[in-house]
Amino acid sequence: MISEAPATQSASTADVYSLTQVGKTYARNQVVALQDVSLTLKQGSFSSVIGSSGCGKSTLLKIMAGLIPPSTGRVELQGEPVTGPRRDIGMMFQQATLFPWRNTLENIVLPIEIRDGRDAAKKAQERAHKLLDVVGLTGFDNVYPNELSGGMAQRASICRMLITEPAVLLLDEPFSALDELSRDMMNMELQRICTEQQATAFLVTHSISEAVILSDDIYVMKPRPGRLAEVVSVDLPRPRTLDMITTPKFGSIVDYIRGMLDKGEAL
Amino acid sequence: MSETKTPATATGEIAADETLEETIWKEKVSLLDRIPRAISMAFVFAVFIGLWHIATSLGLVSPIILPTPAETLKDIIFVGKNLFSGGYMLPALWITILEVIYGFILAVAIGFSLGVLVGETVFGERAIMPYLVAIDTMPKVAFAPLFVAWLGFGIESKVALAAFIATFPIVVGTAAGLHSADENARMLFKTMGATRMQTLLKMKLPMALPQIFTGLKIGAVGVMAGAITGEFLGGGKGFGELIRVAASQLNTPRVFSLILYLSLLGLALYALVTWAQRRVVFWQKSTAAMNND
Repeated sequence: MISEAPATQSASTADVYSLTQVGKTYARNQVVALQDVSLTLKQGSFSSVIGSSGCGKSTLLKIMAGLIPPSTGRVELQGEPVTGPRRDIGMMFQQATLFPWRNTLENIVLPIEIRDGRDAAKKAQERAHKLLDVVGLTGFDNVYPNELSGGMAQRASICRMLITEPAVLLLDEPFSALDELSRDMMNMELQRICTEQQATAFLVTHSISEAVILSDDIYVMKPRPGRLAEVVSVDLPRPRTLDMITTPKFGSIVDYIRGMLDKGEAL
Repeated sequence: MSETKTPATATGEIAADETLEETIWKEKVSLLDRIPRAISMAFVFAVFIGLWHIATSLGLVSPIILPTPAETLKDIIFVGKNLFSGGYMLPALWITILEVIYGFILAVAIGFSLGVLVGETVFGERAIMPYLVAIDTMPKVAFAPLFVAWLGFGIESKVALAAFIATFPIVVGTAAGLHSADENARMLFKTMGATRMQTLLKMKLPMALPQIFTGLKIGAVGVMAGAITGEFLGGGKGFGELIRVAASQLNTPRVFSLILYLSLLGLALYALVTWAQRRVVFWQKSTAAMNND
């Protein structure tokens, strides 16, 4: 049935985020969106969740972000139960959602402005500049979002996510609105940034190859009710490169996951 | 095949094939579509005046119904002189301007507040919106006699009618604008732990501005109509009264020129709102603001 998340490999890396038997039932129509999901994210690891639409991916992510409460189970980040949105949770969406009346810098410090006020946001500008350097947007601080390309806007939204120094990054199909070339490039950038920041990341995606190229662990979900079907560990060496996509190993992992998703379709 | 000279290639990279037969051709644009805007507009204006002139000079229409363009122009100049030299028409214009300004300010204040109430709170949406829609579907001009009865023949009744007419588009614009915040932005603000007030001030209201300004523009047109209708139906000493008197004296050229100056007033208000929109909603500059005009 449900294979457990990789049994605690070693105590050397700490668990940052853990879900234990989390379920979600929408009371209104008695739909079980999520059933008995258990997973742990280790410090500095990159995990993905993949599954057909309607498998409960976004419900899972919303629960992890503290946007909606679970119906059952326990959600814990850095040892503290998640009972709402938190500063140490960073989130990124399919759309960059930069606000056009704020320039890039003002958009990036927005989370600080909301949580700590204008003065704190002013002080955070220095860190925002550094983050702009990290994502390769040096000198774009005064540019308004209308003048940014899709990829640049997503880079800025990466900065906005990182400004609060979150313990976990929740990525909701962050580059799926970009064209394929930019998407590949942004994925490599994401890998680099996550490595540099030693970030713990959790990615929701539709793309098997995107999941494989980025992740240490891939959680495959199946619909009706949404549940974890299997955890696939990707033991490709890091840093990953786009060349790896053509290797037989990469291909076999992709095939394996695709096979599993197709089975889910037949159910 | 005739021997034609191939044009020299601009860059040396492309090896010029001596025998290259180029397929350069021109897109067809009709002659009419190539006329610049200013000339096209002037042309239509000239045709209009020409037809008008022919119709009146041939005696096809009675001069009482339609004066000649020349007569009308003469009267426009007369009224203009009167206004600029501080003649008796100036106080009338001033009264109408005051009605329009007060009416607009009132409409903005009430319309915006109601719009936020309806657009931001579930209660407002459920309890107040249906009544607003119901009132909005009524012919609001019909309320004019009531306003006169309540507020008298002075400027107040006109201000009230003008504000009454202009309020609704502002309410609708504000409420619709507040609803236009997309799901991602809402979710983002939730993840940042924003309070309701922060979400409203830092996200929903700025996002609503383009639609609020659309409401303001419609309101700016309505406020003029309201003030003049109020003057027609409730007397007073405004420009509408001058029009009514001129019309009753069959002084048609005067009616025309008074309407012209009124429309200048309306245009000025509209331009003011558009100018404010350009400044406030600066990020919208290149897109919707241009298309709206």
